[in-house]
Amino acid sequence: MEGENKTTGKVAGIIANLVIVEVDGPVGQNEICFIQHPESNLMAEVIKIIGDNAYVQVFESTRGLKVGTNVEFEGHLLESTLGPGILSRNYDGLQNDLDKMEGVFLKRGDYTDPLNREVKWDWTPIVKVGDVVKAGDWLGEVPENGMPHKIMVPFKFKGKFTVKSITAAGSFTVDDETAVLTDEEGNDVTTTMVQKWPVKIAVKSYKEKPRPFKMFETGVRAMDTLNPIAEGGTGFIPGPFGTGKTVLQHAISKYAEADIVIIAACGERANEVVEIFTEFPELDDPRTGRKLIERTTIIANTSNMPVAAREASVYTAMTLGEYYRTMGLKVLLMADSTSRWAQALREMSNRLEELPGPDAFPMDLTAVISSFYARAGIVYLNNGESGSITFIGTVSPAGGNLKEPVTESTRKSARCFYGLNQARADSKRYPAIDPIDSYSKYLEYPEIVESLGEKLGDSWIENVLKTKNILLRGKEAMEQINILGDDGVPLEFHKRFWNSELIDGVILQQDSFDEIDAYCPLDRQKLMLELVLDITDKDFSFGMFEDVSTFYKKITNILKQMNYSELDSDKFSTYHGELDSMINERLN
Amino acid sequence: METLAFQKIYTKIKNITKATITIEADNIGYDEMALVDGRMAQVVKISKSEVVLQVFAGTEGISTNAEVVFLGNPPQLKVGEQLAGRFFNAFGDPIDGGPNVEGRTVEIGGPSVNPVRRKQPSQLIATGIAGIDLNNSLVTGQKIPFFADPDQPYNQVMANVALRAEADKIILGGMGLSNDDYLYFKNLFTNAGALDRIISFVNTTEDPPVERLLIPDMSLTSAEYFAVEKNEKVLVLLTDMTLFADALSIVSNRMDQIPSKDSMPGSLYSDLARIYEKAVQFPEGGSITIIAVTTLNGGDITHAIPDNTGYITEGQLFLRNDSDIGKVIVDPFRSLSRLKQLVIGKQTREDHPQVMNAAIRLYADAANAKTKQDNGFDLTDYDERTLEFAREYSLQILAIDINIDTEKMLDVTWGLFSKFFEREEVVVRQEFVDKYWVKN
Ligand SMILES: Nc1ncnc2c1ncn2[C@@H]1O[C@H](COP(=O)(O)OP(=O)(O)OP(=O)(O)O)[C@@H](O)[C@H]1O
Ligand SMILES: [Mg+2]
Repeated sequence: MEGENKTTGKVAGIIANLVIVEVDGPVGQNEICFIQHPESNLMAEVIKIIGDNAYVQVFESTRGLKVGTNVEFEGHLLESTLGPGILSRNYDGLQNDLDKMEGVFLKRGDYTDPLNREVKWDWTPIVKVGDVVKAGDWLGEVPENGMPHKIMVPFKFKGKFTVKSITAAGSFTVDDETAVLTDEEGNDVTTTMVQKWPVKIAVKSYKEKPRPFKMFETGVRAMDTLNPIAEGGTGFIPGPFGTGKTVLQHAISKYAEADIVIIAACGERANEVVEIFTEFPELDDPRTGRKLIERTTIIANTSNMPVAAREASVYTAMTLGEYYRTMGLKVLLMADSTSRWAQALREMSNRLEELPGPDAFPMDLTAVISSFYARAGIVYLNNGESGSITFIGTVSPAGGNLKEPVTESTRKSARCFYGLNQARADSKRYPAIDPIDSYSKYLEYPEIVESLGEKLGDSWIENVLKTKNILLRGKEAMEQINILGDDGVPLEFHKRFWNSELIDGVILQQDSFDEIDAYCPLDRQKLMLELVLDITDKDFSFGMFEDVSTFYKKITNILKQMNYSELDSDKFSTYHGELDSMINERLN
Repeated sequence: METLAFQKIYTKIKNITKATITIEADNIGYDEMALVDGRMAQVVKISKSEVVLQVFAGTEGISTNAEVVFLGNPPQLKVGEQLAGRFFNAFGDPIDGGPNVEGRTVEIGGPSVNPVRRKQPSQLIATGIAGIDLNNSLVTGQKIPFFADPDQPYNQVMANVALRAEADKIILGGMGLSNDDYLYFKNLFTNAGALDRIISFVNTTEDPPVERLLIPDMSLTSAEYFAVEKNEKVLVLLTDMTLFADALSIVSNRMDQIPSKDSMPGSLYSDLARIYEKAVQFPEGGSITIIAVTTLNGGDITHAIPDNTGYITEGQLFLRNDSDIGKVIVDPFRSLSRLKQLVIGKQTREDHPQVMNAAIRLYADAANAKTKQDNGFDLTDYDERTLEFAREYSLQILAIDINIDTEKMLDVTWGLFSKFFEREEVVVRQEFVDKYWVKN
């Protein structure tokens, strides 16, 4: 599509952000064009072509736009600009650097460079002259916020190349030459630290994509202990409004064992993004001690920003993730909320008067969602190293009903389901992840189970299953108590119920706003789970059912205090001692 | 808005539907305003030289040779200090008999604030209502609706909040307001001696419903003027957003768009978000806080309007009639202020977050006990105590007629804890129990 003579056209029709352009030459599906509105150029993407009419979705407001306005087509798809300096940046859905924009209000048609062209990077070459390389291979590296940022053979390069020259170590800008590569026909191409990639196409510059085989630690007990996600795995968090999707994602992004965290705020609140801007520069990464913002990139396409760019935002985020994954890094990608992206698709599909599927969503919604989730994963690179994208999306089901199209489509693609439960949220049992309905398919992968055993001991899986069983039996017992009354059931039912309450209070519930409880490393999760299971194993004897609740509330309270205390502190051991004596007292 | 001499007058209308007319015209901008037979209209679709105009008051009685004049601009408002104390209709024309406002002309529904130019909201708004200040504290720059059934006194509660909030300006955006409610606001603001800090844009039930669509943008455009240019703390009251959304569905229905859930347009989320996201805290000190009303149908919050609203706003204040105490309360279960953690325990006393949560947990236990009781089961001693606690808590904290300061709210709650419970039954950090437990 790329060529000297750009296809041009004229605006022939306008319905909100859908514009019909009469073109005078070839245009491609999803090609980018600029509408030359007198005030500023408006970027748009072709989404349908009928004869000489290109239907384009405009990434900006079309207010004041007139029929007859000139349009110029760019000959390429919507692309991300990839290079060092992406970390700690705040982008909009089209990867414009928000900090570079002037003024308090966003000006339409204000497109800013995602990278800094002046700053110099400490370049170290990796390849030698004569080496044979292909797309995605590492040519050299520069340190970016303490992370080795690999400069790669551009993903667009097809075939094999021989390194003709490689720039010696030194300090360079992103646009300086890094290497000259010779292709199989003998043509030379120069590379720099920058490359571009079309966001809607998956980067596949790796050797192989195995099934995820090890767990990915998030620091959230209800996830790691009960339903762990795998490195390179996928998960989704559906929940009615206000049940804690965003708080949970923020918690994960703070403490998860990732090298890089990319957060796509997709059609959600601006204040939530501001919270990240404000907090992350202050908070430490628990593993490296550096500031959290240094490993984080934010794609902020909040709900008041143009709808078409909202759809682009998740693809931009995924492309940045794939870029860092190919450097051999562990990327955690979060999108909040994928429902807003689906709604953007719906708005456009309705304007195009396409035949609607359920709830007026486009017919191909499931396919669109699943090909997006499929871009996550752990990969072996050409050089044998591995890199991964673990993807967790939130879903905002209309009316809180999990039978709606976006939730159902996502369920088909994501391997972990962390369903947030309204009743739990209402009673402030946070995170409101439903312990019975939620699942992790990874617990069915033998390789994951094995890696869990290696990490946490042979009895771990057994303990996890036991925990789930206690929770289930507790729920059943509670239902019986509700039907038959406290006196109408054997005392055993009360014990069963309170055992599950104990696990709920100590393991499932976790206070994201408490400095200590917010992050629970795996070894601490193990300690607490074993402590709690040990209690559920005990054969306490009670006189009346009321004694059961009184006793369990007391020990739950102590265990909670332990959650709020530093692990190796005096406070922690004092509570531990108190707990032991209370248990022993009860046993005697 | 008057017609200018040089403007071209079109008189050949091609199509007329209930809400729109179509006419051949050139050089027309999208979103542009026009007068059709003297009625305000706006461009909603252009196809070559065919322009479709939405007529706000409807097309009844319009004939194909009616005069159409394009105004050459999108909807606008004149902003300036003179707005203060005045009442306007949905088009920004005075309805209080006063003179036209002099000032700068700005387009309404303008661009969004760059997220990196926002400041994190951090200033507590005290209302004296414990159901709000204790359990759901409000912060400047927040957007939050009351969810209420139509028979509840939401406008009164909202007006109380507004007057106690210490805002520099209060902007009332009334949509489908009954004439009685309009006069209620007018009198209340006048009697409170607050009229000079109040600006009202009002569409009453007597006005065409579709005109309401302009009210939020009018209100927020004037709010932006005071918040950005004068660095003022502006409080915007939008009532009733359900009637706003109804107007959206009328329009989309008349334009044959495919409805999604509950006959609402598929763009409802974006349409509402565009309005609510105007709430902002600016670094220079100005802020826009939005308090809205979303009336419910029989308490149903799964309906598309409250549902989409809940997904957009920073919490909701749920009004419920508590038959046990015979008062309207702020329901602690369904209500939520998502920005409260930015201020509670920081600008309020350290024990605030834990006391708030503990009280709500006990209130939840009471709800369980009540279910047990209703099912005819015996209550335990603990159940009995939670029920007694819940009653007092409703009366002294949750009822909307409470007006005390936060410190007092906390003390009252500690008092109730100590009255009905043992220390370990109230799960609160030990150090707070040691400090605040009321020894009987
Ligand atoms: N883990 C938690 N600990 C304490 N409070 C929490 C927790 N999770 C959620 N909350 C409370 O619930 C509120 C809503 O949470 P959050 O904003 O994450 O909801 P959400 O599911 O993202 O809602 P929406 O769909 O409307 O965006 C928070 O502001 C906070 O008060
Ligand atoms: Mg959220």
